[in-house]
This record gives sequence, structure tokens and C-alpha cells, in this order.
Amino acid sequence: MNVVTNNKWIGQSTIRPDGVDKVTGRAAFAADTTMPGMIWGKVLRSPHPHARIRGIDTSKAEALPGVKAVVTAKDIVEFPVDKSVMLGIQDMRWMCRNVMAREKALFPGHPVAAVAATSEAIAAKACELIEVDYEVLPWSIEIEDAIKPDAPILHEFNTFEGKPSNIAGKMELKKGDVAEGFARAEVVVERTFTTRAVHQGYIEPHACLIGVGADGKTTIWSSSQGQFMVRAMTSLLTGIPQSDIRAIPAEIGGGFGGKTIVYLEPLATMLAKKSGRPVKMVMTREEVMRATGPTSASTSTVKIGATKDGKIVAAQGTFYLQAGAFPGSPIRGAAGCSFSPYDIPHVLSIGYDVLSNRSKVAAYRAPGAPIGAFAVECVLDELAEALKIDPLALRLKNAAKEGTKASHGPVYPRIGYVETVEAAMNSEHYKAPLGKLQGRGVASGFWFNAGGESSAQVNITEDGNVVVTTGHPDIGGSRAAIANVCAELLGIDYRRVSVIIGDTQTVGFSNLTGGSRVLFASAMVVTQATEQVIATLCKRAAKIWEIDPEAVTWEEGAARPAGANAGKFPPLTLKELADKAPALGGPVGASVQLNTQGAEGGFGTHVCDVEVDVDLGIVRVVRYTAVQDVGRAVHPGYVEGQLQGGVGQGIGWALSEEYIYNKDGKVDNPGFLDYRMPVCSDLPMIDTILVEVPNPKHPQGVKGVGEVPLVPVMAAVANAVHNALGKRFYALPMSPPKVLEALEVAQAAE
Amino acid sequence: MQWSAPRNDGPSQAAGNTTGNTFIMSDIQYVAPRTLDEAIGAYAAAGSAARILAGGTDLLVQMRSGAVKPGLIVDIKKIGEMTAIEETKDGGFRVGAAVSGMALHDHPRFGKVWPGVLEAINLIGSKQVQGRASAGGNLCNASPAGDSVPALVAAGAVVTVAGPQGRRELKVEEVPAGPGRTNLKPGEIVVAFTLLPRPKGASDAYLRMIPRTEMDIAVVGCGVNLTMKGGVCTDARVGLGAVAPTVLLVEAAAKALIGSKLDEKALEAAARACSAACRPIDDKRGTIVYRTKVAGVLLRRATAIAAKRAQER
Repeated sequence: MNVVTNNKWIGQSTIRPDGVDKVTGRAAFAADTTMPGMIWGKVLRSPHPHARIRGIDTSKAEALPGVKAVVTAKDIVEFPVDKSVMLGIQDMRWMCRNVMAREKALFPGHPVAAVAATSEAIAAKACELIEVDYEVLPWSIEIEDAIKPDAPILHEFNTFEGKPSNIAGKMELKKGDVAEGFARAEVVVERTFTTRAVHQGYIEPHACLIGVGADGKTTIWSSSQGQFMVRAMTSLLTGIPQSDIRAIPAEIGGGFGGKTIVYLEPLATMLAKKSGRPVKMVMTREEVMRATGPTSASTSTVKIGATKDGKIVAAQGTFYLQAGAFPGSPIRGAAGCSFSPYDIPHVLSIGYDVLSNRSKVAAYRAPGAPIGAFAVECVLDELAEALKIDPLALRLKNAAKEGTKASHGPVYPRIGYVETVEAAMNSEHYKAPLGKLQGRGVASGFWFNAGGESSAQVNITEDGNVVVTTGHPDIGGSRAAIANVCAELLGIDYRRVSVIIGDTQTVGFSNLTGGSRVLFASAMVVTQATEQVIATLCKRAAKIWEIDPEAVTWEEGAARPAGANAGKFPPLTLKELADKAPALGGPVGASVQLNTQGAEGGFGTHVCDVEVDVDLGIVRVVRYTAVQDVGRAVHPGYVEGQLQGGVGQGIGWALSEEYIYNKDGKVDNPGFLDYRMPVCSDLPMIDTILVEVPNPKHPQGVKGVGEVPLVPVMAAVANAVHNALGKRFYALPMSPPKVLEALEVAQAAE
Repeated sequence: MQWSAPRNDGPSQAAGNTTGNTFIMSDIQYVAPRTLDEAIGAYAAAGSAARILAGGTDLLVQMRSGAVKPGLIVDIKKIGEMTAIEETKDGGFRVGAAVSGMALHDHPRFGKVWPGVLEAINLIGSKQVQGRASAGGNLCNASPAGDSVPALVAAGAVVTVAGPQGRRELKVEEVPAGPGRTNLKPGEIVVAFTLLPRPKGASDAYLRMIPRTEMDIAVVGCGVNLTMKGGVCTDARVGLGAVAPTVLLVEAAAKALIGSKLDEKALEAAARACSAACRPIDDKRGTIVYRTKVAGVLLRRATAIAAKRAQER
């Protein structure tokens, strides 16, 4: 580990390399591209929550002038339901049925056919001409309806405890014996919580432009969280080999996990293949809201027991999460992260994956963890109240540290959770007085963080500058941070390092941007590649000086003779060595590909102040401080931005965001007017405290930072509302009608 | 395979940037007459397929969503009378129906005399939308939740309407007939709002409840217009939005305020009158119970602001 204190670029909030293009509107997002001969694709979507597809007649659509191709499920590779084929966290059995309904349409918005035509209007008209013979079936949307014994079954082949069921899976994490633990408890709090489905809310709708040549060579231009994921999924769903698919990553206008799967690319590929023309598809906001992944709604029951001195002796959680139409809700995040900040001898955590007739959920920033933390951290608040202990002091007393065996399995190495709680307790915010009708809440959170495959190339240009190519779409500022790392190692100005995101055929396989993994993994490969480049440069200098390569060091952007030779020759700069490269063995560059290991989980502790308008039921967050162990903030500005962004999303989840369904089983608010994400003026300035406990397994000490900041937020807000009103809310969102109703009920009771 | 990302080809980016929805422009005729007579002629002749375009902040959204497919669009922004703000010698105002929120905001006098009307109009949409959106459009869109309408109702504004049968005047509250419907006759266009001169000690205010702080639609809106003399309310009008199929003039609330010193008893009576006038629906934006309660809360708050302004004037 080479974490050093006098870094020149690591730790600097350097100017983002993509900034100028983004503020001038020049950045090319997925929908900004055209090709000669391009035509438009549109999706026909099911109007029904649940219907068997008896037949599809596309003949009238195909006969419409201007229509060039129509595809249905028969054009997409089928994966039989009895054999799992996994790609990352996605099962291709479900992916092939999610991109195009096969036996049944399972939610309103489920694609049943797609058309490509010479204009968007003709494509839309052609969709209207497709005749789908539906057998409409009963449906269920909410968890409690879907798990009833007589609930309509989405997938007849799915059984639970021997019977057809909408419960698609169960996971159980066990440590010790909770029965024994609760027997020792002197205070026990048990509560049930519900949260609503919320969307990732990226501004850029899904879009792609795809061309397939006569030779089958396919080019995909789309924005996603992983061009290699796009290539692999499109390959699996179309049968085109990966070597024939070049997936080019466009700039991405937000993902938050929601762009870790494909929706349009396989359809556009088949439309392009059939029509022989490049096909462009762009979702409307309504399509995004109806048919792309929100995260799960949930029902959770959490029970925590402690002795009177505040030592937690047992904890139990049961988390039911909506998967939508296909298995795969993030129960691992909910059941696996919620007790992780604490050292608890007896833990039982159970997750249930529940199917229902809504769109298949997709990953959303620490998937599942905020749902679990909401329940656990609210129960801890009640426990602290019952024990008459400061809620942060309760957390500190039970904090996990180095050597603690986590409830989700591993024994922790050096972690920084305690430091986050202490920083929150010592913050000016935590001690500040509160105004009238204001309240303060705290909560902590944990997320696993990931490592995995990454590739990078570091090439020295002929003029002595540097181009770094990595394989991860830059969502959170990875280009700037990587430039900082590379510039630091080479000892040159970071502006001489240009970082680009390669397409699938120009850089080695890199797993997608997710799991807060990108800087952890890419800084590791870029460090190794840069070190190889430095070694080559030192060798070249040694050759010129006719000394041992070991007698050369690289400092401040130049090779210098060292040891006995120190000062014997003037240093050779990167520029000079690049100039001499042809004569010394050719171009200088290195490529490194790794399955990176050693990503450590991250912890955060948040302090939230709210003010309640008790006549209107409006809760406003008036002050917020997010404390997080960030390992090493390579680019502090971006790290702060991650924390602030996560908090903003959590405040929306807590107070205003929710999918609202009408009586026909359809989403009633499929747009940003009535799906209420917070706007800037809804949020205070979100303060951050970066605790830096370096990751000992990473060359720069990096830990993932992007997901943890969403985890504690809903509980911190709910606990603050309780502190302000003396009233607890167990259901999100705490929207004005619900808050006002609760206040009136409380008033009537007095 | 040839690609043209904007990064490479700069100026031609716009050509590939048409990600809009599906209406075929050639099916729609567009006219932008310079006189009101021409506009009325074209509008009346095209019948129900025609739509008036002022700022377009509702119309274009409805066209994009496919809710409206007009055969003819009559753009009224080139007609002088409809984009003019005129202050009469006696201190009244005549505001063209197509005057944008931002133009009214920038008028040196209007906001001093009618702060409540101005703040209501300026709440339509966002800053960007304000450059286009007009009170005339807001009224004719006939949403019960339109922000400018309760304030204009409270202000006692009169609407001049012109059609094939000539001109006539209506009270603002007489224009909406129900969600998305007006009492305008075929071919009629709203031309201007007239606001009477107001005495010293008179002012107004508009408040709305939205879950967010901006970029939202009123769950309840309340406009209050007061005249105060020696601490006593001598005249009042109250408009309520988003609590019934049309914006309401709540005379019982005004009656409760008039003659009082805006004491607790009067405010309570006026708030109750507002709640009693509500005939709301339960929907994704709010419940019946919530809207009914909030109508009274907003009445109290808007009255307090209007009274303070009246004192300062």
C-alpha cells in the first residue's frame, strides 16, 4: 500500500474531464447519435397486468408502408425455465422473458412486439395495427396480495414449500441462536415497516442505436452501466457471438443501478438484423416508469433485544421484497446488510423474494440495504428511547470493529464504523440547538462494496503525454479520479493524463459500473499498468546511461540515476523518453487485466434535522450531515457529491417518492410531475464528513463510496420526524396527507 | 459502418436529435395572424379541431402525450392587444391573455398593485416555463388546479372574450365549466383580463399547497384579496383551487372576513367556510380529507399575508 500523505494529485478535486462537454451540451448521450439510413424502433407494450398471450398477428403492421421489420418473442433466444443461466446477477431465463413477453404478459408495459419503420409516427401506427390475442388473468400488485394462498400465480412452475407460489426464493442468515439471545434480553422492541417501490430516477431515458452489417457484425451505441454487460446480454438474447458485437458506451445520464440490465438493445439488434437498416430506439419517460426497474416495495419485521446497560443481545429480521414479474429482488442486501454495523451475538435474518404483476425490479444504489436499514435503524431508535440512551451512544456501544464476525458472514478487517459514529457525535451539527417543531434523527448503514474484473491500458503518446483506457462507464467521476492516480504515480500534471472509456472491442473485459466497484478496481489495474510503464521507462533510461535498470528511479515525472550513480546524469523526462522511444524498443504502454480482490464494505452514519408544518403535514429536511468511512478520497469533490446525491435520493424515498397504482393495476404516476422526486429547493445543503480509514488491500486505500450514502437516510429522516412530533411512522413515504392524518389521530386521542 | 456522434460532427447534431413523440407535423396547420379578427376567423372556421397557442406550455405537452391532435393551431402571440400590459389612468390594469408570466413579472407597477395575482401567475411551471406561460392559457386549460385562476377570481378580474358574434365580458370564475372544459362559445378567444383600480389599503395574496417546493401542481390553491380600513376588513374576495371541478369563489369565506378585524373568530369562520365549500376528489395528488383541511389552513395563511401587504400599501 502506498498511501502517502504528501500526495500532489490524489486528494485533489481536479476539474472533471467530461465537464466542459456536459455544461455546453456537447456530450453525446445515448439518444444523440445518428447513422445514415437510420430508422426508428418502437415497442408495443401490454396494457394488462397479467394475460396469457394466445397469439400475435403482425401482418397488418408488416403491410404498412414504411415498416421495415417486426419482432416478437420468437425472434429472441429462449432460455427454458427449468435451467438457470446466470449473467452477473441476472438469470437469462427471466431476461429473455422480460425484454419480450413470451408465454404471458406479466405487467402493464411488458413488451409484446417491436416495430422498426422509417419514422417514429409510422412505427407507432404499426404498433397499433398489431393484433394480440390476450387471455386476461387475475393479478396482484402488493406483497400482501401476492402471498395470499389464493393469489393469482405468475409462474406456474415456481413453487415454494411444495406448492405453486409467488414466493420465488428465501434466504436465511444465521449467527448464534436468537432464541437464546432474546431469553437474555431485558428490553425488546419489535415493529413492522413498509416501504413503497421507488424508481432510480435517472434523467436520461434508455436509448440505443444499433447497426447490423450483412456479415452479422453488430455495432451498439447505448448508454448503460456496462458496455460488456450490454454485449453479453445482447449476444445471449440474439445468438450473435460476442466477438461480432462492438458495444460503444455513450455518456450516461444517470443509472443508480437501473442501467445494469438491457431492455432495448436485443430488440433493436433483431430489428436492425431483419431490416438491414440501423435502428434507433428511445424510451419515453412513461415507458421508463412503467417498464424499467424500480426497486422493491417491502414489508419488514424487525425485533431487537438488549440488556438494560444497552448491550444488544439478539436481533431478528424478516424482509419481504417485491421482485416484480420475475424472481430477483435484492433480499441479499436487505437481510445481509441491515445488522452489519453491529456486533450482535445472535442474529437471524430472513429474506423473501415475492413476485407480483409489476415491472421487474432492477438494482438501485445498495440494492435492498436501505430497506433493511430503515427497519433496523428505526427499531434501534426506539430501543435507545426505551433504554434512555443517546441513539449514537447505543450504536457506539454495539459497534462492529476489527475482528467482529459480521452477521452476514465475514470477520471484519480494520473498518471505520466506530469513527463515523464518533465523528457524528462530535459534529457541531449533533450539538446544535433545535427550533420549534424541529427534530433530529440519526441512523447508520452498511453496504458490501464489490471488486471483480477490470482492465486498463496505459499508453504513452508520441508527444510524451498519457492516455488511460478503462472499461467502465464513468457515472461517479471515475475518469477524474483515475487521472489523479495515474498523474500521482507518474509525477506529472494530471492534465497530461487523458482517461477514456473504451468500447468492448478495444479494451479488455471489465465488469459493469455497480457495487461501488469502479474506482476500487480500476485504480488497482491502472496502478499496475502505470507501474509497468514506469519500469519500462526506467529500463530505457538505464539503456541510454548504460547502467543497471535497478539503479534508476522514477521521481517527479523523470527517470533519475540512483544509488551510486545518483546525480551522474541529468534526469530524462517522460517527454524526452517518449521522443526517444522508436530507437529504444518502440512504443511505451502496458495493459493490465485483473479479477480484483479486497474490496471492503463501507459504513456511514447520518444526522438529520427536520421541521414539520403541522397544519399541512409537510416534513422538510432543514439540515443534514452524512458521515462516511470513505477509505481514501482520491477526488474529494466527487466523494462529497456521491454522499450528497445518495442523501437526496433517500430523502425522496422517505418523504415523497412512490409508485401509485390505480384500480386497474396500472401505474398512475408514470412521470416526474406526480412521481415526486425532490427538486433542489426541497433539500438543504447536505454537509459531509469524510472519515478516511484506508483499505489496507488497495494501493491507494480506496473503498467504494457510491452506495452507502443512501442506506441510512430513510431511517434518519423517520427518526427525526419522531423526535419532532413524538410520533413514529412505520410506512413510507411520510407524505403530507399521511402525516396530517397521523397528527389528527394523535390529537383526537389526547 | 459510418457513425455520426455529435462529438465528431458538431453542427449536424440537431438533425439526429429528434427524439420527440409521434405526431406528424404535416397533419397540422399552423397560422399566426396579426389581428384578432383574422384569428377568430381561422379559429371559428376550423371548428373543434383547432387549438389556440399562446405559450403552448399545456398544448404542446398534451400533443406530445397524444391527448390532443389539433388540425389547426392558431398562434395568438403576434396580436398586439393580446401581449400588451396597459395601466389605465385611474390605476386599473388590462393584461393581454397571452402576456407571459415573466413579462408581467418585469412590469414596473403590476406586482406592486396586484402582488397576489402576480405571485400566482409566476408559480405556473418553472422559471423556464414562465418565459412562455400566460394567465389566458392557464384559464382556458381549465384545470381546477391552475395557479393563476384562484388569485384572479379573488381579484375580481373580468375577462374580455372575442368571437364570431363580437365581444363580451365574463367574470373569471364564469369561464371554467369543469376539468378541461370552458364556457366559451365556439370560435371565442380570451383576449384580456381587466383589473379594476384599487383603493389604498387593498392587497392580495396567493398560496398553494404542493408536496415539493416548486415544479409541482397545486393540491389546494387559495387566493385572498382584501381591503382594510383602520384595521377593519371592508371588502374581501376568496378564490379556491383544486378542491372542486372548477375554481371556486367562496363568498361565505369573504363574508366572514368583511367587517372583522381579522380576529381569530373571523378567521376560523372563514376557514370553515372554505373547507365547507370543498368538493374535492381522492386522487394521487391528495385525499378528500386532506384537501378539505388544507383549504382552511391556506385561507388563514393567505389572509395574513394579504392583510400585511394591505397595511403596507
